[in-house]
Amino acid sequence: MKSARRLFAGRYDSLNEIREFIAEAAQEAGLDSQGVYAIKLAVDEACCNIIDHAYGGENRGDIDCQVDVRSDGLLVTLIDQGKPFDPNKVPSPQIGKPLKEVKPRGVGLYLIKKMVDKMEYRTSAGQGNVMRLFKHKR
Amino acid sequence: MEIKHSQFKRCDLVRISGRLDSATAPTLEERLEEITEAGRYRLVLDLSEVDFISSKGWWVLINTQKKCKRFNRGEVLLVNVQPQIRESLNLVGMGKYFRIYDDVASAVGSF
Repeated sequence: MKSARRLFAGRYDSLNEIREFIAEAAQEAGLDSQGVYAIKLAVDEACCNIIDHAYGGENRGDIDCQVDVRSDGLLVTLIDQGKPFDPNKVPSPQIGKPLKEVKPRGVGLYLIKKMVDKMEYRTSAGQGNVMRLFKHKR
Repeated sequence: MEIKHSQFKRCDLVRISGRLDSATAPTLEERLEEITEAGRYRLVLDLSEVDFISSKGWWVLINTQKKCKRFNRGEVLLVNVQPQIRESLNLVGMGKYFRIYDDVASAVGSF
Protein backbone atom coordinates (compact mmCIF):
# COMPACT_ATOMS: atom_id res chain seq x y z
CA MET A 1 0.00 0.00 0.00
CA LYS A 2 1.75 3.17 -1.17
CA SER A 3 -1.52 5.04 -1.46
CA ALA A 4 -5.03 3.92 -0.71
CA ARG A 5 -8.42 5.57 -0.66
CA ARG A 6 -11.62 4.51 1.07
CA LEU A 7 -15.02 6.01 1.58
CA PHE A 8 -16.55 5.70 5.06
CA ALA A 9 -20.07 6.50 6.20
CA GLY A 10 -20.07 9.60 8.40
CA ARG A 11 -21.10 7.96 11.64
CA TYR A 12 -19.41 7.04 14.93
CA ASP A 13 -19.51 3.31 14.10
CA SER A 14 -17.06 3.98 11.26
CA LEU A 15 -14.38 5.45 13.56
CA ASN A 16 -12.81 2.15 14.56
CA GLU A 17 -12.56 1.02 10.95
CA ILE A 18 -11.05 4.39 9.97
CA ARG A 19 -8.46 4.15 12.76
CA GLU A 20 -7.53 0.61 11.65
CA PHE A 21 -7.11 1.82 8.07
CA ILE A 22 -4.86 4.66 9.30
CA ALA A 23 -2.86 2.41 11.67
CA GLU A 24 -2.05 -0.04 8.88
CA ALA A 25 -0.73 2.77 6.66
CA ALA A 26 1.15 4.39 9.57
CA GLN A 27 2.93 1.13 10.31
CA GLU A 28 3.83 0.75 6.66
CA ALA A 29 5.19 4.32 6.71
CA GLY A 30 7.51 3.27 9.55
CA LEU A 31 5.95 5.36 12.33
CA ASP A 32 6.74 4.14 15.86
CA SER A 33 3.95 3.18 18.29
CA GLN A 34 3.61 6.73 19.63
CA GLY A 35 3.44 8.08 16.08
CA VAL A 36 0.81 5.52 15.09
CA TYR A 37 -1.31 6.45 18.14
CA ALA A 38 -0.87 10.19 17.42
CA ILE A 39 -2.06 10.02 13.81
CA LYS A 40 -4.93 7.68 14.78
CA LEU A 41 -6.06 10.15 17.44
CA ALA A 42 -5.73 13.16 15.10
CA VAL A 43 -7.77 11.43 12.37
CA ASP A 44 -10.40 10.28 14.90
CA GLU A 45 -10.82 13.84 16.21
CA ALA A 46 -10.96 15.22 12.65
CA CYS A 47 -13.62 12.68 11.62
CA CYS A 48 -15.69 13.47 14.74
CA ASN A 49 -15.53 17.15 13.83
CA ILE A 50 -16.73 16.28 10.31
CA ILE A 51 -19.65 14.23 11.69
CA ASP A 52 -20.60 16.69 14.47
CA HIS A 53 -19.92 20.06 12.84
CA ALA A 54 -19.58 19.72 9.04
CA TYR A 55 -22.53 17.32 8.67
CA GLY A 56 -24.31 18.29 11.89
CA GLY A 57 -24.92 14.67 12.94
CA GLU A 58 -24.46 11.04 11.97
CA ASN A 59 -25.46 9.50 8.61
CA ARG A 60 -25.63 12.77 6.68
CA GLY A 61 -22.62 12.33 4.42
CA ASP A 62 -19.45 10.36 3.73
CA ILE A 63 -15.85 10.79 4.75
CA ASP A 64 -13.39 10.26 1.93
CA CYS A 65 -10.14 9.09 3.45
CA GLN A 66 -6.86 8.83 1.55
CA VAL A 67 -3.49 7.66 2.87
CA ASP A 68 -0.14 8.25 1.18
CA VAL A 69 2.85 6.37 2.52
CA ARG A 70 5.90 8.55 1.95
CA SER A 71 9.57 7.96 2.60
CA ASP A 72 9.48 10.48 5.49
CA GLY A 73 6.10 9.69 7.02
CA LEU A 74 2.37 9.42 6.43
CA LEU A 75 0.03 11.89 4.73
CA VAL A 76 -3.69 11.53 5.43
CA THR A 77 -6.28 13.45 3.41
CA LEU A 78 -9.88 13.67 4.65
CA ILE A 79 -12.58 15.11 2.41
CA ASP A 80 -16.16 15.91 3.35
CA GLN A 81 -19.05 17.65 1.62
CA GLY A 82 -20.47 19.33 4.70
CA LYS A 83 -20.35 22.84 6.11
CA PRO A 84 -16.84 24.36 5.96
CA PHE A 85 -15.17 25.91 9.01
CA ASP A 86 -12.37 28.37 9.65
CA PRO A 87 -9.73 26.70 11.84
CA ASN A 88 -8.51 30.16 12.92
CA LYS A 89 -11.89 30.98 14.43
CA VAL A 90 -12.13 27.90 16.64
CA PRO A 91 -11.33 29.02 20.20
CA SER A 92 -8.32 27.47 21.92
CA PRO A 93 -9.19 25.11 24.77
CA GLN A 94 -9.05 26.56 28.27
CA ILE A 95 -5.88 24.85 29.42
CA GLY A 96 -5.11 25.43 33.07
CA LYS A 97 -8.66 26.33 34.10
CA PRO A 98 -9.99 24.92 37.39
CA LEU A 99 -11.90 21.64 36.93
CA LYS A 100 -15.38 23.10 37.48
CA GLU A 101 -14.86 25.77 34.79
CA VAL A 102 -13.36 23.60 32.04
CA LYS A 103 -15.46 23.14 28.88
CA PRO A 104 -14.98 20.88 25.83
CA ARG A 105 -14.88 23.64 23.20
CA GLY A 106 -11.90 23.51 20.83
CA VAL A 107 -10.16 20.47 22.34
CA GLY A 108 -10.53 18.29 19.22
CA LEU A 109 -8.84 20.74 16.85
CA TYR A 110 -6.15 21.54 19.42
CA LEU A 111 -5.39 17.81 19.79
CA ILE A 112 -5.19 17.40 16.00
CA LYS A 113 -2.65 20.23 15.73
CA LYS A 114 -0.59 18.83 18.61
CA MET A 115 -0.64 15.23 17.34
CA VAL A 116 0.58 15.86 13.78
CA ASP A 117 3.52 17.75 12.31
CA LYS A 118 1.48 19.58 9.71
CA MET A 119 -2.22 20.35 9.30
CA GLU A 120 -3.75 22.08 6.29
CA TYR A 121 -7.40 22.82 5.66
CA ARG A 122 -9.03 24.28 2.60
CA THR A 123 -12.43 24.32 1.04
CA SER A 124 -13.36 24.54 -2.64
CA ALA A 125 -16.67 24.45 -4.51
CA GLY A 126 -15.59 21.51 -6.66
CA GLN A 127 -13.87 19.29 -4.13
CA GLY A 128 -15.47 20.01 -0.76
CA ASN A 129 -13.60 20.46 2.52
CA VAL A 130 -10.12 18.99 2.47
CA MET A 131 -8.01 18.41 5.57
CA ARG A 132 -4.45 17.16 5.13
CA LEU A 133 -2.54 15.76 8.09
CA PHE A 134 1.10 14.80 7.96
CA LYS A 135 3.00 12.80 10.57
CA HIS A 136 6.78 12.52 10.28
CA LYS A 137 8.62 9.30 10.91
CA ARG A 138 11.06 9.69 13.83
CA MET B 1 -15.85 -1.77 25.00
CA GLU B 2 -16.56 -3.83 28.10
CA ILE B 3 -17.38 -2.40 31.51
CA LYS B 4 -17.22 -4.38 34.75
CA HIS B 5 -18.39 -2.81 37.97
CA SER B 6 -17.60 -4.01 41.49
CA GLN B 7 -18.83 -2.32 44.61
CA PHE B 8 -16.59 -2.15 47.69
CA LYS B 9 -17.35 -0.76 51.09
CA ARG B 10 -15.49 2.52 50.61
CA CYS B 11 -15.45 2.86 46.81
CA ASP B 12 -16.53 1.43 43.46
CA LEU B 13 -14.18 -0.17 40.97
CA VAL B 14 -14.96 0.12 37.27
CA ARG B 15 -12.80 -1.94 34.92
CA ILE B 16 -13.03 -0.77 31.33
CA SER B 17 -11.58 -2.56 28.33
CA GLY B 18 -11.40 -1.69 24.64
CA ARG B 19 -11.65 1.73 23.05
CA LEU B 20 -13.28 4.84 24.38
CA ASP B 21 -14.39 6.99 21.44
CA SER B 22 -17.51 8.78 20.20
CA ALA B 23 -19.17 5.42 19.49
CA THR B 24 -18.62 3.97 22.97
CA ALA B 25 -18.42 7.06 25.25
CA PRO B 26 -22.23 7.28 25.71
CA THR B 27 -22.34 3.70 27.10
CA LEU B 28 -19.66 4.49 29.67
CA GLU B 29 -21.37 7.77 30.52
CA GLU B 30 -24.61 5.89 31.22
CA ARG B 31 -22.90 3.34 33.48
CA LEU B 32 -21.03 5.98 35.45
CA GLU B 33 -24.25 7.99 35.83
CA GLU B 34 -25.98 4.93 37.29
CA ILE B 35 -23.24 4.72 39.93
CA THR B 36 -23.22 8.43 40.83
CA GLU B 37 -27.01 8.58 40.84
CA ALA B 38 -26.92 5.81 43.46
CA GLY B 39 -24.97 8.28 45.60
CA ARG B 40 -21.57 6.65 45.11
CA TYR B 41 -18.87 9.19 44.29
CA ARG B 42 -15.60 7.42 45.14
CA LEU B 43 -14.64 5.74 41.89
CA VAL B 44 -11.56 3.85 40.77
CA LEU B 45 -11.41 3.45 37.01
CA ASP B 46 -9.04 0.73 35.86
CA LEU B 47 -7.92 1.67 32.34
CA SER B 48 -5.21 -0.98 31.90
CA GLU B 49 -7.21 -2.66 29.12
CA VAL B 50 -8.12 0.58 27.34
CA ASP B 51 -6.07 1.16 24.22
CA PHE B 52 -7.63 4.35 22.82
CA ILE B 53 -9.31 7.42 24.30
CA SER B 54 -10.50 10.34 22.18
CA SER B 55 -11.57 13.73 23.53
CA LYS B 56 -15.21 12.54 23.70
CA GLY B 57 -14.04 9.81 26.09
CA TRP B 58 -12.09 12.26 28.23
CA TRP B 59 -15.16 14.47 28.56
CA VAL B 60 -17.11 11.60 30.07
CA LEU B 61 -14.34 11.14 32.64
CA ILE B 62 -14.02 14.88 33.30
CA ASN B 63 -17.76 15.38 33.73
CA THR B 64 -17.83 12.43 36.15
CA GLN B 65 -14.89 13.93 38.03
CA LYS B 66 -16.74 17.27 38.30
CA LYS B 67 -19.80 15.49 39.70
CA CYS B 68 -17.79 13.39 42.17
CA LYS B 69 -15.65 16.24 43.49
CA ARG B 70 -18.65 18.49 44.05
CA PHE B 71 -19.15 19.18 47.78
CA ASN B 72 -15.93 17.19 48.39
CA ARG B 73 -18.02 14.03 48.34
CA GLY B 74 -15.60 11.91 46.36
CA GLU B 75 -13.16 11.62 43.46
CA VAL B 76 -12.44 9.67 40.29
CA LEU B 77 -9.03 7.95 40.42
CA LEU B 78 -7.47 6.44 37.32
CA VAL B 79 -5.36 3.29 37.28
CA ASN B 80 -2.86 2.13 34.65
CA VAL B 81 -3.30 4.70 31.93
CA GLN B 82 -1.25 3.61 28.93
CA PRO B 83 1.65 5.95 28.07
CA GLN B 84 0.33 7.24 24.71
CA ILE B 85 -3.05 7.95 26.26
CA ARG B 86 -1.45 9.74 29.19
CA GLU B 87 0.68 11.81 26.82
CA SER B 88 -2.36 13.00 24.84
CA LEU B 89 -4.16 13.83 28.08
CA ASN B 90 -1.26 15.92 29.31
CA LEU B 91 -0.92 17.68 25.96
CA VAL B 92 -4.36 19.21 26.35
CA GLY B 93 -3.74 20.01 30.00
CA MET B 94 -6.35 17.57 31.32
CA GLY B 95 -3.91 15.32 33.15
CA LYS B 96 -4.00 17.58 36.18
CA TYR B 97 -7.66 16.82 36.80
CA PHE B 98 -6.89 13.21 37.77
CA ARG B 99 -4.69 11.33 40.20
CA ILE B 100 -3.25 8.32 38.38
CA TYR B 101 -2.17 5.12 40.17
CA ASP B 102 -0.10 2.19 38.92
CA ASP B 103 -2.23 -0.49 40.56
CA VAL B 104 -5.81 -0.99 41.67
CA ALA B 105 -4.91 -1.88 45.28
CA SER B 106 -3.16 1.46 45.90
CA ALA B 107 -6.02 3.44 44.36
CA VAL B 108 -8.70 1.57 46.32
CA GLY B 109 -6.58 1.84 49.48
CA SER B 110 -6.29 5.62 49.12
CA PHE B 111 -10.00 6.11 49.93
